Amino acid sequence: MIKVTLPTHLRTLAQVTGPVDLMVEEPVTQRAILDALETAYPMLRGTIRDTVTKERRPFIRYFACGEDLSHEPADAAVPVEVAEGKQPFRIIGALAGG
Amino acid sequence: MSEVRVLVGTRKGAFVLRSNEQRKDWTVEGPHFPGWEIYHITGTPADPARLYASQSSGWFGQVIQRSDDAGKTWEPVSNEFPYDGTPGTHQWYDGTQHPWEFKRVWHLEPSPTNPDSVYAGVEDAALFHTNDGGKTWRELPGLRSAKGNLWQPGAGGMCLHTIILSPDDPNRIFVAISAAGAFRTDDGGASWRPVNQGLKSEFELPDATAEVGHCVHSIAMHPSRPNTLFMQKHWDVMRSDNGGDLWREVSGNLPSDFGFPIAVHTHEPETIYVVPITSDSHHYPPDGKLRVYRSRSGGGDWEALTKGLPQSHCYVNVLRNALAVDTLDSCGVYFGTTGGQVYVSADSGDNWMPIVHDLPPVLSVEVQFLP
Repeated sequence: MIKVTLPTHLRTLAQVTGPVDLMVEEPVTQRAILDALETAYPMLRGTIRDTVTKERRPFIRYFACGEDLSHEPADAAVPVEVAEGKQPFRIIGALAGG
Repeated sequence: MSEVRVLVGTRKGAFVLRSNEQRKDWTVEGPHFPGWEIYHITGTPADPARLYASQSSGWFGQVIQRSDDAGKTWEPVSNEFPYDGTPGTHQWYDGTQHPWEFKRVWHLEPSPTNPDSVYAGVEDAALFHTNDGGKTWRELPGLRSAKGNLWQPGAGGMCLHTIILSPDDPNRIFVAISAAGAFRTDDGGASWRPVNQGLKSEFELPDATAEVGHCVHSIAMHPSRPNTLFMQKHWDVMRSDNGGDLWREVSGNLPSDFGFPIAVHTHEPETIYVVPITSDSHHYPPDGKLRVYRSRSGGGDWEALTKGLPQSHCYVNVLRNALAVDTLDSCGVYFGTTGGQVYVSADSGDNWMPIVHDLPPVLSVEVQFLP
């Protein structure tokens, strides 16, 4: 099981209170995780990545294992700890000062 | 028991204000969708329990919410607004051509007879329609064929913010787009043409009477007179008596003819309301006095309505979707401000009181009377 954490607003939208567990077939990639997430929670379509291009929205970041994976290719394998469910794949709303 | 329900969209969520026909004592419910911008929340005339809300965020984009139980619970419906075919381009700020890019939904206009039928006005300007309660949205691309390549966004974005479904002709729809103008279809949305003749934009356009490019802020119609339209343009309050074919200015004695919203009294089709704002560079009321202006003659001659409104040190704005009227015998008028106040007048504007003081900046106000 892959663990995914969502920012507060998306937890509310998805009606979940904590990390979500997803079955993701190997190879576990960003794209595979997000596909599984949007299948399980269709109300999240378009809120993390564009519905057509599947590009990450500009103010969304992907963190895992202390690394910023936002600029990694969508089809690159995620860290082993994420693929084994030991570490969460974290979807973050980017900082906005003001 | 009858209820007056005011639906308020703000920068940080939606609120539902409820009262009875007296409109004196109010309850406040919300925020719904806390932290999200609610550009518009509206009811459907055909089903009082059906509501729609446009929820958006700079981080997470667009969500459309639907309620089937008068706002007790909400369900996200489709947020996919695909431009028809190859989206094409419009003018960009620097005069070059720029691809159409969906940003958000500004306005939702439900059908008067079918709660599943809703039009959506979006930024970058286009008109969409759903016939299944929001599960799917389809563009009416003919609108962007009406010289869309010449449309250019203003400072507030190139938004389609006004949709008027003609009450006597299901094939006629009016829309208004910031910095593009007013447009009309007479064939159910297949083809559109600009209806901007008579508008003059000396300060905004190199050709003051251009066919498109006028910054229309809002349009209103009384259902008993579907050929008469009232417009608050960037500058100028305008009127057309032939379905937009020709406009004439009715700013008259207003202290400023800059403003955003315009509304028509429910029972008096020649009584109209605007909220003058100092200028395009000073988005607050003239002299720090919050005054609604009413004309009982369809424009030209205006009176200030001030009782109960702040008459000193008031520097709020009233945005284009934030003025509404109810359908009660004594017509109620409502508006919300960028300072988070929502005011009500239960007597056509003679006397005002705040319903709430401290909401987030108000983006939209709609009202329903439920007998």
